[in-house]
Amino acid sequence: MAVGLGGYLTVAAILFTIGVFGIFLNRKNVIVILMSIELILLAVNLNFVAYSAYLHDLAGQVMAMFVLTVAAAEAAIGLAILVIYFRNRGSIDVEDVNVMKG
Amino acid sequence: MIFQAIAFYLFSAVLIAAAFMVIAARNPVHSVLFLILAFFNAAGLFVLMGAEFLAMILVVVYVGAVAVLFLFVVMMLDVDFAELKSGALQYLPIGGLIGLALLAELVMVAGAWVMAPASKGALASATPAGVSNAAALGRIIYTDYVYYFQIAGLVLLVAMIGAIVLTLRRRPGVRRQSIRAQNARTPETAMALVDAKPGEGA
Repeated sequence: MAVGLGGYLTVAAILFTIGVFGIFLNRKNVIVILMSIELILLAVNLNFVAYSAYLHDLAGQVMAMFVLTVAAAEAAIGLAILVIYFRNRGSIDVEDVNVMKG
Repeated sequence: MIFQAIAFYLFSAVLIAAAFMVIAARNPVHSVLFLILAFFNAAGLFVLMGAEFLAMILVVVYVGAVAVLFLFVVMMLDVDFAELKSGALQYLPIGGLIGLALLAELVMVAGAWVMAPASKGALASATPAGVSNAAALGRIIYTDYVYYFQIAGLVLLVAMIGAIVLTLRRRPGVRRQSIRAQNARTPETAMALVDAKPGEGA
Protein backbone atom coordinates (compact mmCIF):
# COMPACT_ATOMS: atom_id res chain seq x y z
CA MET A 1 0.00 0.00 0.00
CA ALA A 2 1.72 3.12 -1.22
CA VAL A 3 -0.83 5.56 0.15
CA GLY A 4 -1.30 4.03 3.57
CA LEU A 5 -4.31 3.12 5.62
CA GLY A 6 -5.55 6.68 6.14
CA GLY A 7 -6.18 7.35 2.47
CA TYR A 8 -8.32 4.28 2.01
CA LEU A 9 -10.24 4.94 5.23
CA THR A 10 -10.94 8.50 4.07
CA VAL A 11 -12.32 7.28 0.74
CA ALA A 12 -14.49 4.73 2.54
CA ALA A 13 -15.77 7.37 4.98
CA ILE A 14 -16.71 9.73 2.14
CA LEU A 15 -18.41 6.87 0.29
CA PHE A 16 -20.35 5.89 3.42
CA THR A 17 -21.48 9.48 3.93
CA ILE A 18 -22.60 9.76 0.31
CA GLY A 19 -24.63 6.58 0.77
CA VAL A 20 -26.37 7.85 3.91
CA PHE A 21 -26.95 11.22 2.25
CA GLY A 22 -28.46 9.47 -0.77
CA ILE A 23 -31.04 7.70 1.39
CA PHE A 24 -32.25 11.06 2.67
CA LEU A 25 -32.03 12.82 -0.69
CA ASN A 26 -34.08 10.22 -2.60
CA ARG A 27 -36.61 9.36 0.03
CA LYS A 28 -39.30 8.60 -2.51
CA ASN A 29 -37.36 6.44 -4.94
CA VAL A 30 -36.78 2.97 -3.53
CA ILE A 31 -34.44 1.98 -6.37
CA VAL A 32 -31.99 4.76 -5.53
CA ILE A 33 -32.29 3.91 -1.82
CA LEU A 34 -31.26 0.33 -2.62
CA MET A 35 -28.34 1.67 -4.66
CA SER A 36 -27.33 3.87 -1.71
CA ILE A 37 -27.31 0.79 0.51
CA GLU A 38 -25.02 -0.88 -2.02
CA LEU A 39 -22.70 2.14 -1.77
CA ILE A 40 -22.68 1.89 2.03
CA LEU A 41 -21.83 -1.82 1.87
CA LEU A 42 -19.08 -1.03 -0.64
CA ALA A 43 -17.60 1.46 1.84
CA VAL A 44 -17.69 -1.23 4.53
CA ASN A 45 -15.92 -3.61 2.17
CA LEU A 46 -13.26 -0.99 1.47
CA ASN A 47 -12.64 -0.66 5.21
CA PHE A 48 -12.40 -4.41 5.65
CA VAL A 49 -9.92 -4.83 2.81
CA ALA A 50 -7.87 -1.79 3.85
CA TYR A 51 -7.44 -3.13 7.38
CA SER A 52 -6.77 -6.58 5.99
CA ALA A 53 -3.92 -5.23 3.89
CA TYR A 54 -2.65 -3.03 6.72
CA LEU A 55 -2.56 -5.82 9.30
CA HIS A 56 -1.53 -8.59 6.87
CA ASP A 57 -4.55 -10.51 8.09
CA LEU A 58 -6.69 -12.32 5.56
CA ALA A 59 -9.74 -12.49 7.84
CA GLY A 60 -10.77 -9.04 6.68
CA GLN A 61 -10.94 -10.16 3.07
CA VAL A 62 -12.99 -13.20 4.05
CA MET A 63 -15.42 -10.94 5.90
CA ALA A 64 -15.59 -8.63 2.88
CA MET A 65 -16.58 -11.64 0.79
CA PHE A 66 -19.41 -12.46 3.19
CA VAL A 67 -20.56 -8.83 3.14
CA LEU A 68 -20.60 -9.10 -0.65
CA THR A 69 -22.77 -12.24 -0.42
CA VAL A 70 -25.24 -10.58 1.89
CA ALA A 71 -25.32 -7.48 -0.33
CA ALA A 72 -26.13 -9.59 -3.39
CA ALA A 73 -28.89 -11.45 -1.53
CA GLU A 74 -30.27 -8.19 -0.19
CA ALA A 75 -30.38 -6.63 -3.65
CA ALA A 76 -32.18 -9.67 -5.09
CA ILE A 77 -34.81 -9.77 -2.34
CA GLY A 78 -35.23 -6.01 -2.25
CA LEU A 79 -35.79 -5.76 -5.98
CA ALA A 80 -38.22 -8.71 -5.89
CA ILE A 81 -40.22 -6.96 -3.18
CA LEU A 82 -40.06 -3.78 -5.25
CA VAL A 83 -41.43 -5.56 -8.33
CA ILE A 84 -44.41 -7.08 -6.50
CA TYR A 85 -45.04 -3.80 -4.71
CA PHE A 86 -45.15 -2.01 -8.05
CA ARG A 87 -47.48 -4.69 -9.40
CA ASN A 88 -49.89 -4.15 -6.53
CA ARG A 89 -49.76 -0.37 -6.23
CA GLY A 90 -48.57 0.94 -9.58
CA SER A 91 -46.00 3.16 -7.86
CA ILE A 92 -42.76 2.79 -5.94
CA ASP A 93 -43.28 5.79 -3.70
CA VAL A 94 -42.05 4.98 -0.18
CA GLU A 95 -44.67 7.26 1.29
CA ASP A 96 -47.36 4.83 0.16
CA VAL A 97 -45.87 1.89 2.02
CA ASN A 98 -47.56 2.74 5.31
CA VAL A 99 -50.64 0.89 4.08
CA MET A 100 -49.61 -2.76 4.42
CA LYS A 101 -52.74 -4.33 3.06
CA GLY A 102 -51.22 -5.77 -0.07
CA MET B 1 5.45 3.86 -5.82
CA ILE B 2 4.49 7.10 -7.57
CA PHE B 3 2.45 5.11 -10.06
CA GLN B 4 0.50 3.50 -7.22
CA ALA B 5 -0.19 6.87 -5.63
CA ILE B 6 -1.42 8.29 -8.94
CA ALA B 7 -3.63 5.23 -9.46
CA PHE B 8 -5.02 5.57 -5.93
CA TYR B 9 -5.97 9.22 -6.38
CA LEU B 10 -7.45 8.54 -9.83
CA PHE B 11 -9.54 5.59 -8.67
CA SER B 12 -10.70 7.38 -5.51
CA ALA B 13 -11.65 10.57 -7.32
CA VAL B 14 -13.66 8.72 -9.96
CA LEU B 15 -15.19 6.47 -7.29
CA ILE B 16 -16.40 9.38 -5.19
CA ALA B 17 -17.63 11.36 -8.20
CA ALA B 18 -19.50 8.33 -9.54
CA ALA B 19 -20.99 7.62 -6.09
CA PHE B 20 -22.20 11.20 -5.90
CA MET B 21 -23.74 10.95 -9.37
CA VAL B 22 -25.55 7.75 -8.29
CA ILE B 23 -27.58 9.70 -5.78
CA ALA B 24 -27.79 12.92 -7.79
CA ALA B 25 -28.66 11.71 -11.30
CA ARG B 26 -32.16 12.49 -12.49
CA ASN B 27 -32.53 9.35 -14.55
CA PRO B 28 -32.27 6.06 -12.58
CA VAL B 29 -30.70 4.35 -15.60
CA HIS B 30 -27.85 6.86 -15.32
CA SER B 31 -27.70 6.10 -11.59
CA VAL B 32 -27.20 2.40 -12.31
CA LEU B 33 -24.52 3.12 -14.91
CA PHE B 34 -22.67 5.37 -12.44
CA LEU B 35 -23.00 2.60 -9.85
CA ILE B 36 -21.25 0.27 -12.30
CA LEU B 37 -18.50 2.86 -12.76
CA ALA B 38 -18.15 3.14 -8.97
CA PHE B 39 -17.83 -0.63 -8.63
CA PHE B 40 -15.13 -0.79 -11.30
CA ASN B 41 -13.11 1.89 -9.50
CA ALA B 42 -13.59 0.16 -6.15
CA ALA B 43 -12.25 -2.99 -7.80
CA GLY B 44 -9.24 -0.95 -8.89
CA LEU B 45 -8.69 0.16 -5.29
CA PHE B 46 -8.93 -3.47 -4.16
CA VAL B 47 -6.24 -4.41 -6.66
CA LEU B 48 -4.05 -1.61 -5.30
CA MET B 49 -4.48 -3.05 -1.82
CA GLY B 50 -3.45 -6.49 -3.01
CA ALA B 51 -6.87 -8.11 -2.85
CA GLU B 52 -7.06 -9.25 -6.47
CA PHE B 53 -9.51 -12.06 -5.86
CA LEU B 54 -12.03 -9.77 -4.16
CA ALA B 55 -11.59 -7.21 -6.93
CA MET B 56 -12.50 -9.75 -9.58
CA ILE B 57 -15.39 -11.03 -7.44
CA LEU B 58 -16.58 -7.45 -7.11
CA VAL B 59 -16.62 -7.03 -10.88
CA VAL B 60 -18.31 -10.38 -11.49
CA VAL B 61 -20.89 -10.22 -8.70
CA TYR B 62 -21.68 -6.52 -8.54
CA VAL B 63 -21.29 -5.42 -12.15
CA GLY B 64 -22.31 -8.73 -13.69
CA ALA B 65 -25.23 -9.58 -11.44
CA VAL B 66 -26.40 -6.89 -9.04
CA ALA B 67 -26.08 -3.86 -11.32
CA VAL B 68 -27.67 -5.72 -14.23
CA LEU B 69 -30.49 -6.75 -11.88
CA PHE B 70 -30.98 -3.08 -11.01
CA LEU B 71 -30.93 -2.19 -14.68
CA PHE B 72 -33.57 -4.82 -15.47
CA VAL B 73 -35.86 -3.61 -12.70
CA VAL B 74 -35.44 0.05 -13.64
CA MET B 75 -36.28 -0.71 -17.25
CA MET B 76 -39.07 -3.18 -16.43
CA LEU B 77 -41.03 -0.93 -14.09
CA ASP B 78 -42.94 1.81 -15.82
CA VAL B 79 -42.36 4.43 -13.14
CA ASP B 80 -42.79 8.15 -13.52
CA PHE B 81 -39.40 9.15 -12.15
CA ALA B 82 -39.92 12.85 -12.65
CA GLU B 83 -42.83 12.71 -10.22
CA LEU B 84 -40.73 10.77 -7.71
CA LYS B 85 -37.97 13.35 -7.95
CA SER B 86 -40.31 16.26 -7.28
CA GLY B 87 -40.03 16.58 -3.48
CA ALA B 88 -36.39 15.65 -3.27
CA LEU B 89 -35.02 19.03 -2.28
CA GLN B 90 -37.44 19.12 0.64
CA TYR B 91 -35.22 16.62 2.48
CA LEU B 92 -31.94 18.26 1.46
CA PRO B 93 -31.35 20.23 4.70
CA ILE B 94 -32.00 17.35 7.11
CA GLY B 95 -30.11 14.93 4.90
CA GLY B 96 -27.18 17.30 4.57
CA LEU B 97 -27.18 17.88 8.33
CA ILE B 98 -27.09 14.16 9.08
CA GLY B 99 -24.46 13.58 6.40
CA LEU B 100 -22.25 16.35 7.80
CA ALA B 101 -22.67 15.07 11.36
CA LEU B 102 -21.73 11.58 10.24
CA LEU B 103 -18.69 12.85 8.33
CA ALA B 104 -17.59 14.91 11.35
CA GLU B 105 -17.90 11.82 13.56
CA LEU B 106 -15.83 9.79 11.13
CA VAL B 107 -13.17 12.51 10.94
CA MET B 108 -13.03 12.67 14.75
CA VAL B 109 -12.67 8.89 14.92
CA ALA B 110 -9.92 8.98 12.30
CA GLY B 111 -8.12 11.79 14.14
CA ALA B 112 -8.04 10.22 17.57
CA TRP B 113 -7.64 6.63 16.52
CA VAL B 114 -4.66 4.51 17.52
CA MET B 115 -4.10 0.82 17.13
CA ALA B 116 -3.73 -1.05 20.38
CA PRO B 117 -0.22 -2.53 20.41
CA ALA B 118 -1.47 -5.81 21.80
CA SER B 119 -3.84 -6.33 18.89
CA LYS B 120 -0.93 -6.83 16.53
CA GLY B 121 -0.34 -10.25 18.03
CA ALA B 122 -3.98 -11.26 17.78
CA LEU B 123 -4.12 -11.86 14.05
CA ALA B 124 -6.81 -14.32 13.06
CA SER B 125 -5.10 -15.63 9.95
CA ALA B 126 -1.89 -14.06 8.78
CA THR B 127 -1.27 -13.65 5.07
CA PRO B 128 1.12 -16.40 3.96
CA ALA B 129 4.12 -15.29 1.97
CA GLY B 130 4.82 -16.52 -1.53
CA VAL B 131 1.24 -17.51 -2.30
CA SER B 132 -1.15 -15.63 -4.56
CA ASN B 133 -4.08 -13.83 -3.01
CA ALA B 134 -6.67 -16.25 -4.40
CA ALA B 135 -4.74 -19.30 -3.20
CA ALA B 136 -4.25 -17.82 0.26
CA LEU B 137 -7.95 -16.99 0.53
CA GLY B 138 -8.89 -20.46 -0.66
CA ARG B 139 -6.70 -22.05 1.98
CA ILE B 140 -8.49 -20.37 4.85
CA ILE B 141 -12.03 -20.19 3.42
CA TYR B 142 -12.24 -23.95 2.97
CA THR B 143 -10.64 -24.72 6.34
CA ASP B 144 -11.04 -22.11 9.07
CA TYR B 145 -14.13 -20.44 7.68
CA VAL B 146 -15.85 -23.40 6.06
CA TYR B 147 -19.02 -23.12 8.18
CA TYR B 148 -19.35 -19.42 7.43
CA PHE B 149 -18.84 -20.26 3.79
CA GLN B 150 -21.65 -22.81 3.89
CA ILE B 151 -23.91 -20.32 5.66
CA ALA B 152 -23.15 -17.73 2.96
CA GLY B 153 -24.21 -20.27 0.36
CA LEU B 154 -27.38 -20.93 2.34
CA VAL B 155 -28.11 -17.18 2.46
CA LEU B 156 -27.82 -17.02 -1.32
CA LEU B 157 -30.06 -20.08 -1.72
CA VAL B 158 -32.73 -18.57 0.53
CA ALA B 159 -32.48 -15.27 -1.35
CA MET B 160 -32.86 -17.06 -4.68
CA ILE B 161 -35.88 -19.09 -3.55
CA GLY B 162 -37.38 -16.01 -1.91
CA ALA B 163 -37.02 -13.88 -5.02
CA ILE B 164 -38.59 -16.61 -7.17
CA VAL B 165 -41.48 -17.18 -4.74
CA LEU B 166 -42.14 -13.47 -4.42
CA THR B 167 -42.27 -12.71 -8.11
CA LEU B 168 -43.94 -15.90 -9.36
CA ARG B 169 -47.54 -15.34 -10.38
CA ARG B 170 -50.21 -17.26 -12.20
CA ARG B 171 -51.75 -15.11 -14.85
CA PRO B 172 -55.34 -15.90 -15.75
CA GLY B 173 -56.02 -16.50 -19.42
CA VAL B 174 -52.57 -17.89 -20.23
CA ARG B 175 -52.68 -21.39 -21.70
CA ARG B 176 -49.88 -23.59 -20.41
CA GLN B 177 -48.88 -27.14 -21.19
CA SER B 178 -50.25 -29.54 -18.60
CA ILE B 179 -48.41 -32.83 -18.86
CA ARG B 180 -50.69 -34.42 -16.29
CA ALA B 181 -53.78 -33.62 -18.31
CA GLN B 182 -52.10 -34.82 -21.48
CA ASN B 183 -51.13 -38.14 -19.95
CA ALA B 184 -54.56 -38.63 -18.46
CA ARG B 185 -56.21 -38.43 -21.85
CA THR B 186 -57.55 -41.73 -23.15
CA PRO B 187 -59.01 -42.53 -26.54
CA GLU B 188 -62.43 -42.60 -24.91
CA THR B 189 -62.23 -39.00 -23.73
CA ALA B 190 -60.35 -37.71 -26.74
CA MET B 191 -62.44 -39.19 -29.52
CA ALA B 192 -66.11 -39.21 -30.29
CA LEU B 193 -67.54 -41.65 -32.84
CA VAL B 194 -70.31 -40.12 -34.87
CA ASP B 195 -72.46 -42.13 -37.14
CA ALA B 196 -72.64 -40.09 -40.26
CA LYS B 197 -75.43 -40.91 -42.61
CA PRO B 198 -74.41 -41.21 -46.25
CA GLY B 199 -74.72 -37.91 -48.04
CA GLU B 200 -75.15 -35.75 -44.88
CA GLY B 201 -71.79 -35.49 -43.16
CA ALA B 202 -71.16 -35.31 -39.47
